[in-house]
Amino acid sequence: MPYLLRLFVKRLALGLLTLFVVSLVIFLSIELLPGDVAQQVLGQSATPENLAAFRRELGLDQPAFSRYLDWLGGFLQGDLGNSLISGLPISELISERMYNTFFLAGFAALISVPLAVMLGVVSALYRETALDKTINVVALTAISVPEFFVGYILVWLLAVEFALFPSIANLSDGASLGDRIYRTFLPALTLTLIVTAHMMRMTRASLINLLALPYVEMAKLKGASQRRLIVVHALPNAIAPIVTVIAINLAYLIVGVVIVEVVFVYPGMGQLLVDSVAKRDFTVVQTACLIFAATYILFNLASDLISIASNPRLLHRK
Amino acid sequence: MNKFGSYPQIGRRGFLAGSAALVGLSQMPRAARAQPKTGGTLRLSVNQGGTSDTLNPAEANGSQQIMVGWALRNNLTEIGTDNKLKPELATNWSSEDAQTWVFKLRPGVTFHNGKSLTSDDVIASLNLHRGEESTSGAKALLAGVDTIAAEGTDTVVVTLSSPNADFPFILSDYHFQIMPVGDDGELDMSGTGTGGYILESWKPGVKTVLKRNPDYWKEGAAHFDTVELLLISDSSAATTALVTGEIDAVQSAEYKTLSLLGRDKNVEIESISGGFHPVFAMQTSQAPFNDNNVRLALKYGVDREALVKQVLRGHGTVANDHPVAPSMPFYDASLEQRAYDPDKAKFHLKEAGLDSLTIPLSVSDSLFAGAVDAVTLYREHAAPAGIDLEVAREPGDGYWSDVWMKKPFFTSSWGARPVPDMIFATAYSKGGDWNESQFSNDKFQQLMLAARSELDEAKRAQMYGDMQVILRDEGGSVIPFFRNFVYARRADVQHGDNVASNWSLDGYKAIERWWKA
Repeated sequence: MPYLLRLFVKRLALGLLTLFVVSLVIFLSIELLPGDVAQQVLGQSATPENLAAFRRELGLDQPAFSRYLDWLGGFLQGDLGNSLISGLPISELISERMYNTFFLAGFAALISVPLAVMLGVVSALYRETALDKTINVVALTAISVPEFFVGYILVWLLAVEFALFPSIANLSDGASLGDRIYRTFLPALTLTLIVTAHMMRMTRASLINLLALPYVEMAKLKGASQRRLIVVHALPNAIAPIVTVIAINLAYLIVGVVIVEVVFVYPGMGQLLVDSVAKRDFTVVQTACLIFAATYILFNLASDLISIASNPRLLHRK
Repeated sequence: MNKFGSYPQIGRRGFLAGSAALVGLSQMPRAARAQPKTGGTLRLSVNQGGTSDTLNPAEANGSQQIMVGWALRNNLTEIGTDNKLKPELATNWSSEDAQTWVFKLRPGVTFHNGKSLTSDDVIASLNLHRGEESTSGAKALLAGVDTIAAEGTDTVVVTLSSPNADFPFILSDYHFQIMPVGDDGELDMSGTGTGGYILESWKPGVKTVLKRNPDYWKEGAAHFDTVELLLISDSSAATTALVTGEIDAVQSAEYKTLSLLGRDKNVEIESISGGFHPVFAMQTSQAPFNDNNVRLALKYGVDREALVKQVLRGHGTVANDHPVAPSMPFYDASLEQRAYDPDKAKFHLKEAGLDSLTIPLSVSDSLFAGAVDAVTLYREHAAPAGIDLEVAREPGDGYWSDVWMKKPFFTSSWGARPVPDMIFATAYSKGGDWNESQFSNDKFQQLMLAARSELDEAKRAQMYGDMQVILRDEGGSVIPFFRNFVYARRADVQHGDNVASNWSLDGYKAIERWWKA
């Protein structure tokens, strides 16, 4: 598929350009924030003399653009640098957090994506019935409530009242997969409740749209069952819009879960980013933001490629 | 142990129900207390710190760093559970003139790596906070040190540039932890210390795991086999985890949910009178605050009782515009308490030649829970006196660099200090780096210096009493209250008859002082 390959390479190059712009924007934003690392770390105990020594030590007395170029130079050579404050290599700092974030996102996605598509199909199949209405009301209620509140409700119900699951993640080193799943079940469930509605509604809407088309009517006239009508005839044509929505939600599961992390004390990337912004730890913020940006770019790219591949008209252009 | 009884008028039924357990606890006869038991795991949640925290004590500034630091290491001196100075790595200290201090080191103490404690370790650890290149947050505390020298391997002699009778107290500060010097002459800041716990894993911002040091030199300390210290910044998450038994103790409990928490039989709440206090600081070097009448007007214009009741829900004591808390040595209990009096405030405003005063007061909720509420109430209190305080809400981010000591009238907050001199020298002395009110009073300055070189306790008490009067009547700081440390633990986690009040969680030493029944 040379067309897809060409598109992939082109979009990847554009993605890299986007990442560069993102890094510049982040650097400038941090420069605009009041206070620098030295002031944030020393806080109330900062004296002018102390601040100067701190800045000298971290190289903060250099002009802004040369600090950016320094960082960029290292980054391009694959050196993410060290945290300005703790001095730890960023790769070490971020790798575990990243694993945690991807684990939780993957866990939530494994529950929510099949669930959402299934519920979407069911509600399209039985549209305008009590079942359809119930599914919609429940899903829309879950998405309309702020996520921390969903989290608290689940904690109250499943951790305090019935004591089925722990209220905070508190992962220990070398925990088994089973233990990990048990300890992250509540946050994963919270995320599932938040993202399911969007994907479910999109599945339902695109299916219902397709069901009104003449080719579906044709299939109906030749005697296909309602189930076959939807799963075999309509669903393949609905892949493009559904995949787009799934991609957006998967990216959200990785990037937008800081509040859920706080509620369940889950050590993911969001918490690290908030911490680092508060301390103006520029190098950590940069790396974390670039990972987030790259996530969005890759998911978008993937969803576009799948949409095109699923649509022969786009795939075989003249 | 607690100052709960000072405010019996708090009429909330739920609140009293919640506090009943606490009162019962403090009245429990000694014999009923369990003896310390070794074993078990303590899971502790703290709320100050972040991912970038290090084990370098020079950079320590939150409970995560302080508690871990004190589990791993010791100081030369420490504040005991009775709030008195106790020997730690120094067995005794002496001085003829309060200027040259001789510290004898405890014999037979070894670090976790097997190295014996010597005077070299002590000198290197203290020098971390001295010199031009030092970035230590405690640099100012050792600014008066001229030389630190060894006399043999077991004696350290510190010479000060001027006398300071409280110098041994200063060395109990959490920055001055003693670390070993490696073979390369560098300080080992990886967590090796002489403390009751050995570092198993250090993941700042997430979880730190500590294992008991079987060779700990201190007797009757370090009872838990394992300690897990978690950083939980969301107070609801911490409270829920305490209730569900996921953790054993929390550093700070929220006033709003305290009554509900107190109903849980498995949870005990502690409310310990401490020295943490907010300050409404005026820059006394500029108009209108250079007129003491304006300062007095603002001091009479605040209803302290109401603030304690409404902002702290009773978990505190009224303060008297000086920073010496009742739990500190040299606190002068005979000093008359200033009461809320809008008429007197109006009178002093008139004396200053003003009919009314409109002034913004900067504040941020990041300073302490309820800070903005406190200023909003202050505005209501001061209004009848013709003072219009504008509540200037500032972002918590960058407050210390852009608002504190920059605006003419602002809110700040101070943690407890073990002795008055430490807070006087830091925040009220002429030329001090953090003299936030630009306070400059010759008599105060003379007394402060004289009290440092005075070794007669009675005379010192007199001097510190006089200084409290000066700050109350002439200082540029409105100090409304001292806040209690309010924290909670599972009922099976126990402690001795007293708990220290210099910090939360038994002076941040619960890890080595508490045990599991």
